[in-house]
Amino acid sequence: MSLSSRRIQAMCLRHLYILKGSWPRLLEMAYWPAVNMVVWGFTNRFFAEHSTWVAQAGGILIGAVLLWDVMFRGNLGVALSFLEEMWSRNLGHLSVSPLRPHELVVSMLTMSLIRTVIGVLPAALLAIPLYHYSIFTLGLPLVAFWFCLMVSGWAMGLAVSALVLRFGLGAESLAWVLIFAMAPLAGIYYPISTLPAWLQPVAWALPPAHVFEGMRAVVFEGTMRLDLLASALALNAVYLALGAGLFLWAWHGARVRGALLNVGE
Amino acid sequence: MSAIEVQALFKSFGPIKAVDGLDFSIKAGSTTALLGGNGAGKTTTLSMLLGLLLPTSGSITVLGEDMVRHRYRVLPRMNFSSPYVDLPHRLSVRQNLKVYGGLYGVERLADRIAELTAELELGEFIDRPAGKLSAGQKTRVALAKALLNKPDLLLLDEPTASLDPDTADWVRGWFHSYQRATGATIVLASHNMTEVERMCDHVLMMKQGRIVDQGSPADLIARFGRASMEEVFLDIARDRRRGEER
Repeated sequence: MSLSSRRIQAMCLRHLYILKGSWPRLLEMAYWPAVNMVVWGFTNRFFAEHSTWVAQAGGILIGAVLLWDVMFRGNLGVALSFLEEMWSRNLGHLSVSPLRPHELVVSMLTMSLIRTVIGVLPAALLAIPLYHYSIFTLGLPLVAFWFCLMVSGWAMGLAVSALVLRFGLGAESLAWVLIFAMAPLAGIYYPISTLPAWLQPVAWALPPAHVFEGMRAVVFEGTMRLDLLASALALNAVYLALGAGLFLWAWHGARVRGALLNVGE
Repeated sequence: MSAIEVQALFKSFGPIKAVDGLDFSIKAGSTTALLGGNGAGKTTTLSMLLGLLLPTSGSITVLGEDMVRHRYRVLPRMNFSSPYVDLPHRLSVRQNLKVYGGLYGVERLADRIAELTAELELGEFIDRPAGKLSAGQKTRVALAKALLNKPDLLLLDEPTASLDPDTADWVRGWFHSYQRATGATIVLASHNMTEVERMCDHVLMMKQGRIVDQGSPADLIARFGRASMEEVFLDIARDRRRGEER
């Protein structure tokens, strides 16, 4: 399977031009993670005074919300890159260019990484002066958590893009809402043991549950649970393969139906 | 030598047969028109030639490659223009050309863009967003994108639709000089019979997914005993016999 870095760069350039040309877009990307962090920062401060569990680890809720935003932005970064092509009715030109579908996927993932850094980094930095909490004190495990959640977001973003390609722009809101179906099961703010027993296996089948449990192990016990990291990575490999497979299947289906030429608003 | 060979080509969408057994070849270096009324199967055929749409059955060979199996071998040597497929509106003309130059692997891209800017007179609006151009300017930009990689095969879907006669004439002239200079093959779908008479060496007349007649515009006009391609078109569209009065 050939992969041309020049074509991938060209696609990234296309999206970077849009970001460069629109400061409101850049601001919007950083705005929601920052607002989210501020709200959860105050919540964390309140619980730290009224809950022994939160008091044991300063900033646990802020860390959780920042990492959740990594996954959310990861998903949105992929889906928005694809939606942008549909909104601008550009998919026809791309489909007859030498750009391979898997190169399009790689460019979407690359743009997702860039968008996520632009979105989450300011919020993470803002938490330091506001709440005296630095997520960077997590050290190397932070890189592992970030990577795992980003990949989970990618898998979801690819699945959403596949659904939009299959069912049209009527399904575009899935980019914002579908990922929230996973939130209650991901154990972002509470341990998985809080969930009813019958729901716990479902949660453990999702990579974020392993990541957030792993984060709590680092914060509360000072240990990096490699077993949780390994299971998150293995599950992510499966979900990413499924997401990419679904997208390529939808792409093939669009070529059978003739949907690539006339998609758009 | 053929630039395109199509054999026993079928495309169905559920119970609807959009293309119903096409067999044709297109000579390298020629300009060929796909003509027919709405729903005749022109756009479906063009989409399959581009590899954008998979045939239900049949074979398509473009520039010596099987278009279903090896389209990526030949796509760098082709290009496409249609007024119905936009370039990203928020990107400037120059940015669009840089992106597509990268996708097509154009060498010395800056020089190529400068060349096209001069030839197609894009200088006045090269840094303006593509979405803020007039129809004529958009057509010139689409033309620049279509010629970026100096294609051996150019597929055009209604290349002068919604253009004023002056701009349309300029566009037709441009395709003609590009073809003379490069020996490229051009295939176009059009409803404009004057355009077809002026530009094309060969015409494939389509109806209900089939080729019902073909030949050069002059041959078809002579065989149907008519004065223009428009009259030939109407004869075929309305199932009139050759020479029958309107």
